[in-house]
Amino acid sequence: MNFEVYDLGLIDFEAARQKQREVFNEVKNRRSSSALIFCRHYPVITLGRRTDKRNILVSEQELSEKLVRVMRVERGGGATYHGPGQLTAYPIFNLNFFKKDVHWFLRQLENAVIKSLSGLGVSAARLPGLTGVWVNKEKIASIGIAVRNWITFHGFSLNVEESDTQNFRLIRPCGMDIKMTSLEAVLGEKIGFDVLRSSLEKEVALCMM
Amino acid sequence: MHDVILPELGEGISKATVSFWYYNQGDEVKEGEDLVELATDKATFNLPCPKAGILAKINFNEGDSVKIGEILAVVDNSDK
Repeated sequence: MNFEVYDLGLIDFEAARQKQREVFNEVKNRRSSSALIFCRHYPVITLGRRTDKRNILVSEQELSEKLVRVMRVERGGGATYHGPGQLTAYPIFNLNFFKKDVHWFLRQLENAVIKSLSGLGVSAARLPGLTGVWVNKEKIASIGIAVRNWITFHGFSLNVEESDTQNFRLIRPCGMDIKMTSLEAVLGEKIGFDVLRSSLEKEVALCMM
Repeated sequence: MHDVILPELGEGISKATVSFWYYNQGDEVKEGEDLVELATDKATFNLPCPKAGILAKINFNEGDSVKIGEILAVVDNSDK
């Protein structure tokens, strides 16, 4: 299937959110059928509107030293972290043209991530009852989808470089005590973002057919 | 008066949890603006306000579980 692909590169979280809104409106107004936005974020912790700040486990001074910003965003849910060592993807898909079933859409996204990782020789899977994609019970990709008028936004983040995985220790992700891993940790080498982007683009297209 | 009902969300989804209300009871609301965020175990849904008016009644608090088809809130659109 055809969808627009955007690569925003390394971009501020708020600027990417603005782009996401613009593309969402284009999809909503049928100027574009669907879109997949790729980016990487400068270090940022985002909190839901009512997330307890105690889910941030370190002092403001430490965050400032690590150049990690904290943003409150208009959503429910817990604390999460984004950084430049992750590849983040925001699929803006109009499910009216596919299947009006969000869990189905999530399974397709999870499959796309699992197949991309498999292409790199990494055996990843879902864990029953938990979101995201896991390697040996450690989380390698986080997924958080939102839907409005059957159009999806937000998306998934794949932990690529190990440096960012360390930063998850700054928070209690989604209010849970879970262990994160990265492609670099699993493979013992760095993988280029370009390789991952084209693989994910291909797998998302196949999964949404 | 207009009932805001939790719509069908997909196969196998029978209920959702109120994540948060964008407005308080008594607030003026506009048609099409996000009214409430609902969460299943895997996804969040922003339910837009179906009519403009006053958010007359909120039936479920944040954290409450709501079944598909239940009335989440009532919008008083009598002035519109």
